[in-house]
Amino acid sequence: MSLWQYVAERWDRLSLQAWLHVSGVVQCTILAAIIGVVVGIMVYRSPAGSAIATALSSTILTIPSFALLGLLIPIVGLGVTPSVIALTLYGLLPIVRNTIVGLSGVDPAVSDAAKGIGMGRVGVLTRVELRLAWPAILTGMRVAAQMLMGIAVIAAYAKGFGLGSEVFSGLTRAGSANSLNQALAGTLGVVVLALILDGIFVLISRLTVPRGIRD
Amino acid sequence: MTETIEQPTEQGVSGAEIRLEKVTKKYPNTSAPAVEEFTMTIPAGKVVVFVGPSGCGKTTTMRMINRMVEPTSGTITIDGKDALHIDPDQLRRTIGYAIQQAGLFPHYTVAQNIGVVPGLLKWDKKRIADRVDEMMELVGLDPATFAHRLPRQLSGGQQQRVGVARALAADPPVLLMDEPFGAVDPITRGNLQDELMRLQAELGKTIVFVTHDFDEAVKLGDKIAVLGDRSSIQQYDTPDAILANPANDTVAGFVGAGASLKQLTLTRVRDVDYSTDQVLAVGDNERPAVVAEKLTKSGRTYALVLDARRRPQRWVHVRELVGKQSLDGVGRPVGDTVSTQSTLQDALEAILTEGGCAPVTGSRGELLGSIDINTVTSVIANVREEHGA
Repeated sequence: MSLWQYVAERWDRLSLQAWLHVSGVVQCTILAAIIGVVVGIMVYRSPAGSAIATALSSTILTIPSFALLGLLIPIVGLGVTPSVIALTLYGLLPIVRNTIVGLSGVDPAVSDAAKGIGMGRVGVLTRVELRLAWPAILTGMRVAAQMLMGIAVIAAYAKGFGLGSEVFSGLTRAGSANSLNQALAGTLGVVVLALILDGIFVLISRLTVPRGIRD
Repeated sequence: MTETIEQPTEQGVSGAEIRLEKVTKKYPNTSAPAVEEFTMTIPAGKVVVFVGPSGCGKTTTMRMINRMVEPTSGTITIDGKDALHIDPDQLRRTIGYAIQQAGLFPHYTVAQNIGVVPGLLKWDKKRIADRVDEMMELVGLDPATFAHRLPRQLSGGQQQRVGVARALAADPPVLLMDEPFGAVDPITRGNLQDELMRLQAELGKTIVFVTHDFDEAVKLGDKIAVLGDRSSIQQYDTPDAILANPANDTVAGFVGAGASLKQLTLTRVRDVDYSTDQVLAVGDNERPAVVAEKLTKSGRTYALVLDARRRPQRWVHVRELVGKQSLDGVGRPVGDTVSTQSTLQDALEAILTEGGCAPVTGSRGELLGSIDINTVTSVIANVREEHGA
């Protein structure tokens, strides 16, 4: 049976898992973005704080994903929870780092002028600084999303969501009928979804980055 | 400068008086305060320029007025109201603020930038739009062309104009300007200074202007405060008085060489006693022989030939008249004249060009009199005497 036939026959299951995969990654990216931007806002004015936040999030990234999931299972059990926690943690680094870079890259004269003409602290942050840091933050999210697409495959190990289960079960059944097709379908599916998601990020960037700071 | 700079009339004053009393700023972990017991009254509707070396605390002092820097002690009142007990954001919306790099919001259009403060003050949309147009006209930017441009599409000078328009948009009585023209080329800078003087003549705001350029201070200030270390006031007086009689060596050092030459930029020809009878003026249709006779009779060697509308044309020496039938093309063309609007510096330049004496002309170019080096030197001498130098 060719790969195409395999995919066509099992389209219902594969498309559901593909959807779960993307949806899980997107949700974890958004969660990581919320946490990451808040962390970035809290630390960007202090060089020490920025260094600590960046170091911490890089440390998380150095933990092998297999190990992190393994460590989470005894604490939170199997299923979606450990996967979400792991993916969100992995997604933090690019977002935290880019938020800090973006916010501290705002021209001090612009922030000074914003404060000086009577915008409050929140106004300066939401109307000026975050708007100007947005392209950097969005790039961070894009990198995070790409990374999580791959890592999410490992989540199947903890009985998580998505195409990972195809890959895993294909690999464990290696040699039996359709095992290669199953593993390939899962892997290629992840690649295709990653490309589509990246395209969507480009589109979002076009639509949301203000004209005045677009390259 | 081409326009008449008029002093603001009393009705034209929309500014408010600012009083600083024993204002001190001390940063943690420093031994000496950045600003120490600074006391000054800034009169309503006047331009006061803080000038001093880098790091003397002039910017810090200015920034305490809108509480971008919180004073450690002392009181600041604006129009009699205690500025230190108003919500800082509310306070800043009533004080215009223009800084060196303009600090325009790059993601906003020119119109949005100018409309920010009215927006913060919750003006309705129509009123903001009208005000933005008015402000753009005021600073010399055509709304149709520039309203929807982005800051990065403007030159440095245009950005500064937008910066000034944004500072003035909510019609604040007080305007703080921190080296606003520091980052533009000298020609643009001169234009922006002229524009500011024109605006101020119209608006009569209270302006606190910080610069390290003494010439800029002389040009713009109604009063200049020369500041030393820890923002100590070395001298606080009119440009005239500071140039004529610097209070101490620090001020003298800052005024620099050429104080008298700078003084010349402050006085205009219309304000001095230029001579109306020193030059013998003759019509271009007069006969050379008659002119020669007039010259001999009055004991002069040169006559100034005027055209039919009494505009100076040529200098004629008595020897050049010998044997001539008409004044046509005789003598040396007048190279430079001064108008009553010109500064004495321009006049001096013309005197040097013309070799001793420059014709003074009125608004239509007609001869009013002449000015020579003695007039200029006596003006300087008078000013010095007046300020007790």
